[in-house]
Amino acid sequence: MDAFTTHTGTAAPLRRSNVDTDQIIPAEYLKRITRTGFEDGLFVAWRKNEPDFVLNQPQHAGASILVAGPDFGTGSSREHANWALLDGGFRVVISPRFADIFRNNSTKAGLLTVVLPEADVEALWAAVEADPALPVTVDLQAEQVSYGSTSVSFSIDPYTRWRLLEGLDDVGLTERHLDDVTAFEAQRPAWLPRSLPALPA
Amino acid sequence: MGQTLAQKVYEQHVVRRTAGEPDLLYIDLHLVHEVTSPQAFDGLRAAGRVVRRPDLTMATEDHNVPTLDILSPIADPVSRAQVDALRRNAAEFGIRLAPMGDRDQGIVHVIGPQLGLTQPGMTIVCGDSHTSTHGAFGALAFGIGTSEVEHVLATQTLPQYPAKQMAVTVDGELPPGVSAKDVILAVIAEIGTGGGQGHVIEYRGSAIEALSMEARMTICNMSIEAGARAGLIAPDQTTFDFLAGRPHAPQGADWDAAVAHWSTLRTDDDAVFDREVHIDAASLTPYVTWGTNPGQGLPIGARVPDPAQIADESERQAAESALAYMGLTAGTPLSEIEVDTVFLGSCTNGRIEDLRVAAALLQGRHVDASTRMLVVPGSVAVKQQAEAEGLDRVFTDAGAEWRGAGCSMCLGMNPDQLKPGERSASTSNRNFQGRQGKGGRTHLVSPAVAAATALTGKLTAPADLADAPTLAGV
Repeated sequence: MDAFTTHTGTAAPLRRSNVDTDQIIPAEYLKRITRTGFEDGLFVAWRKNEPDFVLNQPQHAGASILVAGPDFGTGSSREHANWALLDGGFRVVISPRFADIFRNNSTKAGLLTVVLPEADVEALWAAVEADPALPVTVDLQAEQVSYGSTSVSFSIDPYTRWRLLEGLDDVGLTERHLDDVTAFEAQRPAWLPRSLPALPA
Repeated sequence: MGQTLAQKVYEQHVVRRTAGEPDLLYIDLHLVHEVTSPQAFDGLRAAGRVVRRPDLTMATEDHNVPTLDILSPIADPVSRAQVDALRRNAAEFGIRLAPMGDRDQGIVHVIGPQLGLTQPGMTIVCGDSHTSTHGAFGALAFGIGTSEVEHVLATQTLPQYPAKQMAVTVDGELPPGVSAKDVILAVIAEIGTGGGQGHVIEYRGSAIEALSMEARMTICNMSIEAGARAGLIAPDQTTFDFLAGRPHAPQGADWDAAVAHWSTLRTDDDAVFDREVHIDAASLTPYVTWGTNPGQGLPIGARVPDPAQIADESERQAAESALAYMGLTAGTPLSEIEVDTVFLGSCTNGRIEDLRVAAALLQGRHVDASTRMLVVPGSVAVKQQAEAEGLDRVFTDAGAEWRGAGCSMCLGMNPDQLKPGERSASTSNRNFQGRQGKGGRTHLVSPAVAAATALTGKLTAPADLADAPTLAGV
């Protein structure tokens, strides 16, 4: 996972709530067994069917920060949604509320999710609609989103922030504690189910 | 202060707790399917890692599997390659796989309970958001992404933070023809798709206690549609009776030890929930969705809502775009909406009891001439049970199609899809735009409403059928 410290780019205003992961990337793209190359599936139905969809507008084509309405990333647990956003050039998604699994997947994939109150999201929408070239900076170190003369603080749990700043992989971190895992396993009740061996019919 | 059921299960699985870090939580069962696992196995290979506990891991093929010609190779080369990747990975890493054609194959959330691998008090994960289904047994079960699948394969643990606690209490008696599906659609309509965010929901109350295991699974299954991390129900005699004699259930002295432990898994009287919701079972009627998220649901006797009447700006916009996508006009009675396809199946409503309810309504009748009905059992075992009971004949005699087991039209990763503009009444869990096929329009319904709708060709409550057979609340 790439480390995330600070990012400056332009922002795309996605004025929609309840953006589910089926819209971020439909199931037919999930048949692939690779971890990259999902940009062609990103918001594909809206890109194809809605000429005025925000990512079809040339002034927002190069955006790397997505600013969405509440309940972004609902539905399926597909991490492909997070990969598709990264593959599509996004490093940050800002929303008043994220679905839990999407937000958690983001911390694993290196996509920063920033929760801002609805009023701040509205203000950011208005600012980038007025000036699509407006640079927006998301500083994870300082926990701040800034554009023009405006600066808004956000909060993120310190452990996740540290992992993202360092670009650390969770499996490697957990492997430092495998002795604890082994000790836990030693006291699990023997009657707990095992899938192996398969039982006879 | 006492603990909730979810807190008890969580605390019993904490491997390591250190200030400033997430807890390390042990995972008792990891279910795997072909869609969200290939990149995780690639990650293991790239790092030279093995699967720590193949004996706590179980894989099956469900999302891509065709429901016709189920013993032939999959025709779609991309789907076939994904299924082949799972077979190679299962063989290489020593994981038990129930492939297409196997007696244990089926939707991952149907086979876990069916095999008795799902038991009370366990932690269960799968790269699939509907893992919350297993909470019906009093397990803490939740969906994870592919990076976490890799983490569990490698370490049998996950870094986690404790969730907030929500109680949804449903008291009273469900009216005839009103089912678990209607309960959960009503809950989601009440609290919204983000209402459960950050929470584990415990469903309780006399109406929940009266439910069968199948019905409890339907409710817990759709916890994710309310935004919750998981949903669960305290285990009781109904749970124990369901598990007794299942292939992987404990036996003899082990059974007694297990039941003794399971019986402790109840929320303490002095436990405090962060949020409580109360629903009167007797007030419920069949629910259907009219929009493009599962929170956009109403009693079937209602009319398509008028967005202009919705005060909240973002909800009003969502309603406007939902009506445009769904091709609906505000004020239309929901019971006048005509459908092209009825889908009975999925991890929400693809179990034997769901098929029995629908068959009871279809018995001796015929599906509307302009409506197609697909019946897709949730697993091979459900299919075999239904055939042993003669339900397949009831469906085919009524003009419905009887198919092989899998996820099927819930998300259309196999050939079972809606065509653009087609409208379905579906017992699945998501009415998202294009979910069942590009341009497809989905109304979420219970199995009873699905069957009644198939008979009339428009959204229909079972009680409104002429000569309706009496249905118990299920």
